[in-house]
Amino acid sequence: MPIPDRIERTIELAQPPERVWEALTSAAGLGGWFGNRATVDLRPGGTAYVEWDGKDSKVALTIVVVEPPTRFAWTWGIQGLPASDPRRTYVEFTLAPSGGGTRLTVVESGFAQLPDELLDTAYHGNTEGWRKELAELAGYLHAPA
Amino acid sequence: MPRPDPEKVAEAVFAALAEPSRRGILSALAVRGPATATDLASQLPITRQAITKHLELLAAAGLVLAEPGERRRIRYRVNAAPMAMAQSYLAALARDWDGKLARLQRSLDATELDAPAPPSGAAAPEPNTPELNTPAPPSGVTAAEMEWRSK
Repeated sequence: MPIPDRIERTIELAQPPERVWEALTSAAGLGGWFGNRATVDLRPGGTAYVEWDGKDSKVALTIVVVEPPTRFAWTWGIQGLPASDPRRTYVEFTLAPSGGGTRLTVVESGFAQLPDELLDTAYHGNTEGWRKELAELAGYLHAPA
Repeated sequence: MPRPDPEKVAEAVFAALAEPSRRGILSALAVRGPATATDLASQLPITRQAITKHLELLAAAGLVLAEPGERRRIRYRVNAAPMAMAQSYLAALARDWDGKLARLQRSLDATELDAPAPPSGAAAPEPNTPELNTPAPPSGVTAAEMEWRSK
């Protein structure tokens, strides 16, 4: 039962790369097939927000690569972890012309990544951190208004 | 202490969480904070002996940490780090790129059909033409051609 680090899929689409690029990178596209609504600041370092019906929180994609119409990549948080968790996976789409259509490859990697901090605390716990936090909280609560 | 192997950690977490009593103990510790085996026995429908056994297993999985409590009793607190490791594993399963790419393909195919509007009149088929009466081939979405590429 190894923890998979990457997921890779390839799909043949009938539409040319320009059309697929539009569906991958536009607000209408991301809000269509991927989520239910989206806003996109399409540039490296920009953020795309995707919303799903029935979910209160938006998901933020941090855009890393924008090379129309061949490469698009972003990082996003790991499902099930709080938004504050530093771990993110990297999603990269590669578009290649194939006949009249497009061969689209998506690779998501980084599932098995664990920052040193997390590995170090796996068995030691963050007792010290909490002691500090709680002391700070106590100090805050006792501070004169 | 040697660095834990993430796979081993995830395995221990899943094994530990497979038992309802152990989930109950973890929940109690998560909700009410650090507690001794005696505290837990008073909160849960489990004997103190059984709780001690479960706590040992949870501690071995790294899910709880033992610390000195009052009157030389051991207190246990939840340690979330191993759960985060197990979550990495679950997250990979939950991404569902097959479902997402199938939706992308359907949405592209749907806009394809909508896009070139035929000029009105000229291309409109007459009612009851033979073509319309013949059974139509399965239309719309073709099965996504996807392949696993094990790495």
